[in-house]
Amino acid sequence: MASSSYIAQQVKRRRELLTPEGLSLPLTVAGRGSRAAALIVDYIIINFILFATTILLLYLAFGVLGMKEGAGPGQLFGTLEFLAVIWLIAMFLFRYGYFLYFELGPRGATPGKRLSGIRIAARDGGRLTAEAVIARNLLRDIELFMPIVFIAGAQEGEGGLAGLAAAAWFAVFLLFPFFNKDAMRAGDLIAGTWVVEAPKRKLAETLSLSAGARGPSQETGATYRFSDAELAVYGEYELQTLERVLREGKSEALVAVAETICAKIGWTGGQGDERAFLEAYYTQLRARLERDMRFGKRKADKHS
Amino acid sequence: MKAPTLSSLFGRREVAPPPDIAAAALRSDRFRLERENEWRRLEEIVSRMESGRLRKLSDEDVLALPALYRTAASSLSIARETTLDAATLAYLEGLVQRAWFQVYGPRTSFVGWLRGFLGGEWSASVRAMGPDVLIALAAMIAGTIVGWLLVSSDSQWYHALVPPGMAGDRSPGASPEALRATLFGEQQGTTGLSAFAAYLFSNNAQVSILAFALGFAFGVPSILLLIHNMALLGAMLWLYHDAGLTLDLIAWLSVHGTTELFAILLAGGAGIHIGRAMAFPGNRSIMTAAAESGRRAAQVMTGVVLMLIVAAFLEGFARQLINETPGRLIVGSFMLVLWLTYFYAFGRRTKDSGD
Repeated sequence: MASSSYIAQQVKRRRELLTPEGLSLPLTVAGRGSRAAALIVDYIIINFILFATTILLLYLAFGVLGMKEGAGPGQLFGTLEFLAVIWLIAMFLFRYGYFLYFELGPRGATPGKRLSGIRIAARDGGRLTAEAVIARNLLRDIELFMPIVFIAGAQEGEGGLAGLAAAAWFAVFLLFPFFNKDAMRAGDLIAGTWVVEAPKRKLAETLSLSAGARGPSQETGATYRFSDAELAVYGEYELQTLERVLREGKSEALVAVAETICAKIGWTGGQGDERAFLEAYYTQLRARLERDMRFGKRKADKHS
Repeated sequence: MKAPTLSSLFGRREVAPPPDIAAAALRSDRFRLERENEWRRLEEIVSRMESGRLRKLSDEDVLALPALYRTAASSLSIARETTLDAATLAYLEGLVQRAWFQVYGPRTSFVGWLRGFLGGEWSASVRAMGPDVLIALAAMIAGTIVGWLLVSSDSQWYHALVPPGMAGDRSPGASPEALRATLFGEQQGTTGLSAFAAYLFSNNAQVSILAFALGFAFGVPSILLLIHNMALLGAMLWLYHDAGLTLDLIAWLSVHGTTELFAILLAGGAGIHIGRAMAFPGNRSIMTAAAESGRRAAQVMTGVVLMLIVAAFLEGFARQLINETPGRLIVGSFMLVLWLTYFYAFGRRTKDSGD
């Protein structure tokens, strides 16, 4: 089942971080895919900035060349040289400064990471320090560019056996995140950081305040009451699926789920009034499961 | 993940009507309704901190932050045991996490960090990796000797060690006059020097970052890189020695070389430091050892980049403008003494009293 394997994947990436004051904080290690996506976005931004800077400086340089009149060759050269210095320094700064600036900010994430909903954090639950951010970013060259250069070189047959060996060695860095369960890259390892999901969720509606949950349906006036046996067929997994369906509120899904539940518990009513029916069933099922939960009895799904 | 909506662009959304707590059919929902105003307040404070608008934060909000954070955290641990509302749980987990990152986020400003860095943390880190710097120094000396010996046994090695583009006139068989000209050549004024310096800086910075980063593989590649680069120096020394220009070459190199080679030495040492910590972590776990040494090495590396900026200035300007051996030697040894004093004498007392 696709959805349950996805949930298993989520569980595999969940970590409990113990903060210094002894609170346990739930974290989800960011997936390799979203990290790759973040990196690609960041490099598109960086290269765009570099490209724009280069074009601007070239434009200025041609402007300088254009006003040959009234300036000696020395002055002309001096100006061009100044532009060249700016270009060299800008290239260096953007390449290394971009990541440092954004990851040291209050969000701990570059624009690419923000788009993918991830951020960096200290692995020991402490504070994220400037040194850690610097350390993890200095290693990016040998993790990303050197492997690509060497692997491309080895394909062309450059350097013979030594080239192949170097390519294999650098491939270890490139593939490092695939060989540890926290998906850390080499830079994360030496900096003591990791990349975690930073979800930004809105507080959703309180479902038990909805009309169907509180009493008679507004459309038909019927009140849905379910017996203990009718509620006992489902567990927490089904409850959460039902919650998702109710929050998404797609009418076809509501009808399909209502039909499934009716078939399962042997009901026939509720046609045309699926929402109120499901709200009532959800609230009563949750009340039952939460009551059991308080007594230490949990029912994971319909099979247990 | 979600794109910002319009309401977040326009700041405050209208205040929601107070929820009918008693009307909620579930005990866990009543728990939520009683607390959700505090959660929302925390969310708003955290959002403002995240967007960097700290100045707009009132004093009350700043004071309330730790208490609100703890309330939310304890709400979360209660909710985990009592509620099956997945959306509320997910919201709380996200909120507590975001608040935690703000409460424990990096709090030093750049200026504050720089002051601490220059005022002793950098030199303390350099001192803390003493053995590694010595290993790097040994590797560099060995590399120079190897380069010298190789070239003196067979001058063909010179072409293998020194890339042809860099060698130029400086190749075996060149006359002493030609070699002398490379050291004291007629400089065409000061044009082109600053671009040259900027180029040297970005090139050297990348080499030293490489020397550092390669330390990750237990330090071996860092050592190899140091030996390889210094063999080039050994080969050049041999060449100029044959022409009787040893001291002049050393002087020519020392203007920027004492700073630049020192920086490369530290970069290599930082790499070896990480490699050594991972190979011999002692009582710590490998992960902790790697993280501790990595952070210390990163601090040294920041300093290395600063040193390379200084070296580039010296190389680009001072070396071309001072056209005689004694003057170059004075500048070079002055820089060396300066760095040694800064790293090994400065800031000792503050560190000792701090412990």
